[in-house]
Amino acid sequence: MQLATGRFFGAEQMVSVTSAHLTGDPESMGDAGLAFVEELVREGARFVVPATTNSCNVDLARYRELGQPEELARKERRLRELVAAMGGMLLTSCANYQTVAQPRFGERLAWGDTGTVIYANAVCGARSNFEAGPASYAAALTGRVPAYGMHLDACRRATHVIEVRDQPRSVSDWGALGVLVGRRLTNYWLVPVFTGLEVAPDGDGLKHLGATLASYGSLAMFHLVGMTPEARTLEEALGGRPPRGTIEVEPGALDAVYRSFVAEKDHADLVVSGTPHLSIFEVERLARLLDGKRVSPETMLLLTTSAPVRAMAERFGYAAIIERAGGRIVEGVCYYIMSPREMARRYRLRTLVTDSAKLANIIAAYGYNPIFRPTAQCVEAAVTGRIER
Amino acid sequence: MTGRGPVVLIGHPGVGDPVEGVALVSPDGFSARYDLDRTTGVISRESHALYGQSIAGRIFVCPLAKGGFATSWALLDLRARDLAPLAMLFTWANPVMVQGAVLGGVALMDQLTPDSMEAIRTGDRVRVDPPAGRVEVWANSRRQP
Repeated sequence: MQLATGRFFGAEQMVSVTSAHLTGDPESMGDAGLAFVEELVREGARFVVPATTNSCNVDLARYRELGQPEELARKERRLRELVAAMGGMLLTSCANYQTVAQPRFGERLAWGDTGTVIYANAVCGARSNFEAGPASYAAALTGRVPAYGMHLDACRRATHVIEVRDQPRSVSDWGALGVLVGRRLTNYWLVPVFTGLEVAPDGDGLKHLGATLASYGSLAMFHLVGMTPEARTLEEALGGRPPRGTIEVEPGALDAVYRSFVAEKDHADLVVSGTPHLSIFEVERLARLLDGKRVSPETMLLLTTSAPVRAMAERFGYAAIIERAGGRIVEGVCYYIMSPREMARRYRLRTLVTDSAKLANIIAAYGYNPIFRPTAQCVEAAVTGRIER
Repeated sequence: MTGRGPVVLIGHPGVGDPVEGVALVSPDGFSARYDLDRTTGVISRESHALYGQSIAGRIFVCPLAKGGFATSWALLDLRARDLAPLAMLFTWANPVMVQGAVLGGVALMDQLTPDSMEAIRTGDRVRVDPPAGRVEVWANSRRQP
């Protein structure tokens, strides 16, 4: 598979990687995918580089109270046995870069979740293509990947200049900026460079900008002039080539992104935060917003994060505040792979309010009416049970 | 165009074996997670131009690969349940689509000249030959001009 993929994209050689991030969960893999992994283990396959797992379908401690299918939990347990048998690490997080992995500049990786790949490329200056699903397993088993795309200097340089004249004010605003650009640049081989920024994103802003660009545009790389390592200047980001296009982000454009998600009814059935997984800083902010409040009995509030962040949230007292308010923290899972069709049927969910532009994009395929809003408005919707139309 | 022989599209070698079938052209990009009900093989995203249509057994023609890793697994699982497209032709594929096509044994090509989105209409008969880097198109006689 690696050779066929490499030939397709014109790779001239294979290169070694230092880690793999495995993307595969029973919902995405289907029974045929699970059988493929069973076969690998039967043949005695062992990973030769550290391999961590991405988000999964069920929080094994909480899926019953949420009414998720027992069948999915059974498959999740089996998959974990198989991954562990090959020497994998059961991280179950899509924010490995905020919990366990710190790639250095130029380090070659085989990461399988698109949000992790764009973060590693853009923010760390590491090098990875989308090594998705079976390709992440293949790389973990061989320790190598075909060298095309993001492994080559030429493919990492900016192709489009984004002139930002509407400054992001919050983490979700970086997601909104990603929507604006990702809706226009919808091709793996395009790379935006952002100029004109008067504010700098924190790690969570970078996470949401990257995940949104990857989700809407299938992009694997971006540059922020003066902030990311391959863009000390605009000229460096462009690599001496003229840009193929320019996108202007006019004042008011970020608010217009939120308004492009229109609520069909004024009741918020479900509020979700944590695509990609919440950092401890995001959990702290949510706890502050929820402190002393009470989630509407007609609305479900779900926060999704990794096991390490959940453990910290418990130790720091944030989890208690959130749960006292009626919010649920689920670990290891991501809402769009949490059997969302079954959840919708069971709880009659249609209107989903979220501060994740990525989740808002994906969940529409599962019969939801997604409403992307800043975090504070999401908490407001959870507490009042209402969403402005 | 009927009876005058096929229109020929040329490109770099693709993945998979030669196949022949009927085209389904999507003006919108495609991801098996974002757009498809994988239990039925039917496009389930309400805003997608092909909402309600099945991709099973078709030569699926599409401008762009969208979305995350899901399609890398989905084509194998769809094929095991006879719901996979016969072949996929993109203007621009991405690694996820190609990895998924290799695993699933689905023919895939991209960057053809002339572009598959320009040369092919839904209902046309299409022969896809990935090793040769060649696609042949016989226009459906009822095709709208």
